[in-house]
Amino acid sequence: MSVSETTAEQRTVLQDPSPQEKRAASRKAGWVRRAPLMPALVFVIIMTQLPFATTIVISFMSWNALRPDERGFAGFGNYAQVFSDSGLRSSVFTTIVLTIVVVGVSLVLGLLIALLLDRHFFGRGVVRTMMIAPFLVVPVAAALLWKHAILNPSYGLINGVLTWVWGLFGSQNPPQVAWLTQFPLLSIEAALIWQWTPFMMLILLAGLQSRPAEAFEAAKMDGASPVQAFRYITLPHLRRYIELGATLGAIFIVQNFDAVFTMTSGALGTANLPYTIYQTFFVRQDYGLAAAQGVIVVIGTIIVATFALRSVSSLLKEES
Amino acid sequence: MTTSGTQHQSEPGSARRTGAQEVAPAATAAEVDAAPPRQTYRKHSPLSRPNPLWGVLAWVVGLLFASPALWMVLTSFHSEVDAATNPPSLFAPLTLDGYQSFFGNSNAWPALINSATASVVSTVLVLVLSIPAAYALSIRPVKKWSDVLFFLLSTRFLPIVAAVLPLYIFAVWSGALDQIGLLIALYTAMNLPIAVWMMRSFLAEVPVEMLEAAQLDGAGLIRTLRSVVAPVAMPGIAATALICFIFSWQELLLARSLTGVVAGTAPVFLTSFVTSQGLFLAQVSAAATIVSLPVLLAGFAAQDKLVQGLSLGAVK
Repeated sequence: MSVSETTAEQRTVLQDPSPQEKRAASRKAGWVRRAPLMPALVFVIIMTQLPFATTIVISFMSWNALRPDERGFAGFGNYAQVFSDSGLRSSVFTTIVLTIVVVGVSLVLGLLIALLLDRHFFGRGVVRTMMIAPFLVVPVAAALLWKHAILNPSYGLINGVLTWVWGLFGSQNPPQVAWLTQFPLLSIEAALIWQWTPFMMLILLAGLQSRPAEAFEAAKMDGASPVQAFRYITLPHLRRYIELGATLGAIFIVQNFDAVFTMTSGALGTANLPYTIYQTFFVRQDYGLAAAQGVIVVIGTIIVATFALRSVSSLLKEES
Repeated sequence: MTTSGTQHQSEPGSARRTGAQEVAPAATAAEVDAAPPRQTYRKHSPLSRPNPLWGVLAWVVGLLFASPALWMVLTSFHSEVDAATNPPSLFAPLTLDGYQSFFGNSNAWPALINSATASVVSTVLVLVLSIPAAYALSIRPVKKWSDVLFFLLSTRFLPIVAAVLPLYIFAVWSGALDQIGLLIALYTAMNLPIAVWMMRSFLAEVPVEMLEAAQLDGAGLIRTLRSVVAPVAMPGIAATALICFIFSWQELLLARSLTGVVAGTAPVFLTSFVTSQGLFLAQVSAAATIVSLPVLLAGFAAQDKLVQGLSLGAVK
């Protein structure tokens, strides 16, 4: 605090003591208000901000746990390595492709299914419950299920059904595809789309059900076709919900580790950034490089998250 | 409310507006009668004429999406030999062999108990921390409450994988490696932002008049929370707890990096099935079913509030 400020404050005290008292009282009231918030806020700051700050520090160090004597300052060396390593560049590319395909397909499927479930039909609650089930299978379990029970080349469900269908037509040599080795990324995408379509469907269904009925009745009276009503009323209304689903989905899928780790262990060009960081850290034990990769993922996530925060706040504003 | 306000406006607007003013009170009066039929009309989507085909299609799609999960459950009750046939043996005799070999594994029960401990304890901690915080962000909001909310949310969006390294170094240094307490603390921090957001949206439904009345009666914070806030917010609190439980139970990366033989959770146990081991499909399916069962039950229990929770309270 500067000297002039102190004297000014003292002067006010001499002239009239009540403003300071008021200020003290309001400060106390402010702390009473803040008190319930403090434990949670302090806990989150300690548990999340400290590790990330440490990651930034380590990213500028050359630190390999296999060579503990060579620990030191590396400057931007790790970052240069991240961008020059072609394996790492391809993992950035894989992450982007995986995220865009899974979010895009899940959104389209989710929208179509939400439109179906918005109708009135027998057993709607049961169908809705069945639709949610994929999202509630533990991700590792879902990845195991897809890897062993569904995509296995010799006894997986898909090849099994192909054999059965071909058998119905009397064919002895049905197509049998080694899904995980021939289409590794597509297999991971399929498993993730299966899990994330219900998520998109739930958000979009909530959006459909909050649609103002009046506009629809008016459009119907004006003779709008179902397609026109969808294009000009439903879709604009759903825009924010689509944004929300896309950004939340993107944040979680960019971070996906379980499916890549379980289904392919990052082989055959399926290693995404989280898996690559995990490998750099646990197998190569290059802490400095892993930290630099982590910082880059954080920056990428912040860019996506900015859009997410914007769509969340726009929905909140609309609501209040 | 707004109708009475516009009525008192004596400024002569356009003819249309005056007309609207005259109609408005009548509409309010008729609202009580008009509401129920309109409600039923809303339930039928405005464009849908009852066409059974759409219902059939919805059932087909629903079954298609549920089929991998149903197949998992069915396979878990088949013998290993019947589970690995091509084409699949849908009607093979049922057996509990898969479950027997799952529970015969000496690592299975400890993993389930570790998962239960980490999920339940962290969920309780999340509730203890998030309810007062949400109170200070909605009912009696602090200054800049929305900045605080968005700061909290931004911490949830940071990729966990970037924090694993310092956490691991810290765990090795402090001796917290392979201890369930570390996972509990991390899961609490992981779920806290989402819980505060959800809880805030549920607490916002508590009517202000009731809070003011409680304040006039001289009720303190604890009493207000217990007798005014809790009854209204209880379903929301339950849903928040279930969703936090789900997120903790499913988590793999932190558990895999920071635990080992002692504190390994159920998802970590499942990773032992990553590489094929001969005929083991029924056993994998049984393990996957058992580990998923708590999440499926919690999710179905929270079904009505699931959207609100997953969208952080932004969607009702």
